[in-house]
Amino acid sequence: MIKIAVASGKGGTGKTTLSTNLASYLAETKPVVLTDLDVEEPNSGLFINGELTHHENKYKMVPQWKSDSCMLCGNCREVCNFHAIVQLVDQIMVFPQLCHSCYACSELCPSGSLPMTPEKMGELQEYQSGNLHFIESKLDVGQEQAVPLIAQTLRYVDEKYSEVNLKIYDSPPGTSCPVIEATKNADLVILITEPTPFGLHDLKLAVETMRELNKRFVVVINRYGIGNDDVVDYCMSENITVAAKIPNSREIAGLYSQGRLLYNDVPEFKAELDKIVDFISDLDREVGL
Amino acid sequence: MKIVFTSEGTEWDSKIDPRFGRTDYFFIYDDETKGICTVDNRAIAETAHGAGPQTAQKLFELKPDVLITGNGPGGNAARVLAQGNVKIYVGAGDMTVKEAYDAYQKGELKEF
Amino acid sequence: MKEIVVISGKGGTGKTSLTASFAVLGGRDVIVADCDVDAADMHMLLGPDFEAAENFYSGVIAEIDQEACIQCGKCADICRFDAIPVIDGKNIVQPLDCEGCSYCARICPVDAIEMAEQNVGDWYISTIKTGSTMVHAKLGIGAENSGKLVTKVKNKAKRIAEEQQKELVLVDGSPGIGCPVVSSLSGASFVVLVTEPTVSGLHDLKRVYQLVNKFGIKAGCIINKADLNPDVNQQIREFLKDNAIEHISELPYDESFTEAMTQGKTIIEFNDGELQKMVRQSWVTIKDFVNVL
Repeated sequence: MIKIAVASGKGGTGKTTLSTNLASYLAETKPVVLTDLDVEEPNSGLFINGELTHHENKYKMVPQWKSDSCMLCGNCREVCNFHAIVQLVDQIMVFPQLCHSCYACSELCPSGSLPMTPEKMGELQEYQSGNLHFIESKLDVGQEQAVPLIAQTLRYVDEKYSEVNLKIYDSPPGTSCPVIEATKNADLVILITEPTPFGLHDLKLAVETMRELNKRFVVVINRYGIGNDDVVDYCMSENITVAAKIPNSREIAGLYSQGRLLYNDVPEFKAELDKIVDFISDLDREVGL
Repeated sequence: MKIVFTSEGTEWDSKIDPRFGRTDYFFIYDDETKGICTVDNRAIAETAHGAGPQTAQKLFELKPDVLITGNGPGGNAARVLAQGNVKIYVGAGDMTVKEAYDAYQKGELKEF
Repeated sequence: MKEIVVISGKGGTGKTSLTASFAVLGGRDVIVADCDVDAADMHMLLGPDFEAAENFYSGVIAEIDQEACIQCGKCADICRFDAIPVIDGKNIVQPLDCEGCSYCARICPVDAIEMAEQNVGDWYISTIKTGSTMVHAKLGIGAENSGKLVTKVKNKAKRIAEEQQKELVLVDGSPGIGCPVVSSLSGASFVVLVTEPTVSGLHDLKRVYQLVNKFGIKAGCIINKADLNPDVNQQIREFLKDNAIEHISELPYDESFTEAMTQGKTIIEFNDGELQKMVRQSWVTIKDFVNVL
């Protein structure tokens, strides 16, 4: 069993390109589960032409005010650290988008007037294409917190696909809570970057994050040939494995723009993908022991 | 009648703060007593989220008849304000408080 | 004072390169705020001097006084974030999991839990190469609530603009549709959406525009790398038309943005080719829209 998260500090460096191609390519020979955890802007689905097999709404728990038993003591408003509760003269108002589902208001209410009830925050969809199972979660626009949906999606995949040995996760960008949630259970994190000053700057942040989390990680350089050699030099000096270098190419950019996978059309890309596959096989043998 | 303006200062010549939730001040004018008072709301700048409902709660407690502002309250704040009988006028974002009051009296402001 | 916020939904569309170019074109007339605090890259193009720095404290995290703790386990029971596991017989808070709701501190029977403010990063006020001022920040690893830091950076930039009597604040906004971008958008006068004609670019543009629309903010769009895919480009144009989004400009796929970046320059300083003229024209167009607001 191996879990691989594809992440990056900077957005737009090729996370989705790598996740979808890697998952589809590996699925040619064995079952693979690909999960898009970039719930704010999920894009993997644009590249996977599967059949929709399952759809469900995802909920978070928020308090709902019961006017008949409420004594208007104001305790709920006081205990809410997230300003999700407002008390007017004779009523309590709850703002579900601001609620973190900590239950404090509900459980500390002296009259039990704020029972927790489910509120829709997003949707999970599941597709199948041959050996490839693809799960995508999408946060509703207006909802501000990605982490609860990421956590529920991870749980769903773990439970439903416990027997599938290879799982790939397309993570959100950045280094804050969502990416930590998305990578915390991964055996290997692939950090994808560009050989540019922005790419290097954000790669360093991502590397710091992975070291803090004690994660095993490798780097894949995308659009190799553009920019300069600083990313390669940095990885060398930090003893970081560069698992592959995907060449900079207008052809790749064009195929990507159409929502197409690359490995069948671009041999140079397939060669780099093979290097990553080899790396994963070695790791699988090691972890499998 | 009590008229509340979102303002960047405490004078008639202060500019209207176009934001509702994150307004610096409330400028309150009672056109019967001709009395003026202001409420400092600047601490709200430290709040990342939920500024709208909090400011709306504060406004609600002032029991105004009319609110004059720039952009108009966001969804959360509007939900709170809908609970009171406050008439909301928007589009005064580039005016001073005085100009906004004149515009309101001439019926030039848009009701929210 | 007007506030222009540049956002993109999807990463890698050239948002920061364009925002930095506009900052150079605006010169001393604009105060710049980098609200992409997760991946704050704009400083690399604008040469800030990091003159004033301050720690940024945000959110609270539970801390258990082990001396006072009686290991009753109530805190762990009520914690919905599983942030207080028992390790070696002690309840230990996991900072990365704690949401800072304070529920545990409220119910601890011996008051052994304190909510401590977290130093989650630093923020800076710098003079940049245009002679103007930029407010920017660096967020710590796994820091929660970057929305609050975004708010801080923006408010500071606005105060500075007021003090210096500048008419414009230019904000490099955050990616996604979650809390940081909501904070970036709040109070904006005009939003510039930067996109690219790829299926992902269009998809993310539509989602982030829903958010902009919720705020009722007037928006314009720059299509970068416009010649990459004529079909998707046409779909974007139609989307803009259907939603009354101003079509500011279309820029070609051009690697000189990256070449300029490797030299720490914006395209404006890099060469005087056609691309540079188009970026200049985009800025003029944006200013025209903002002036009539």
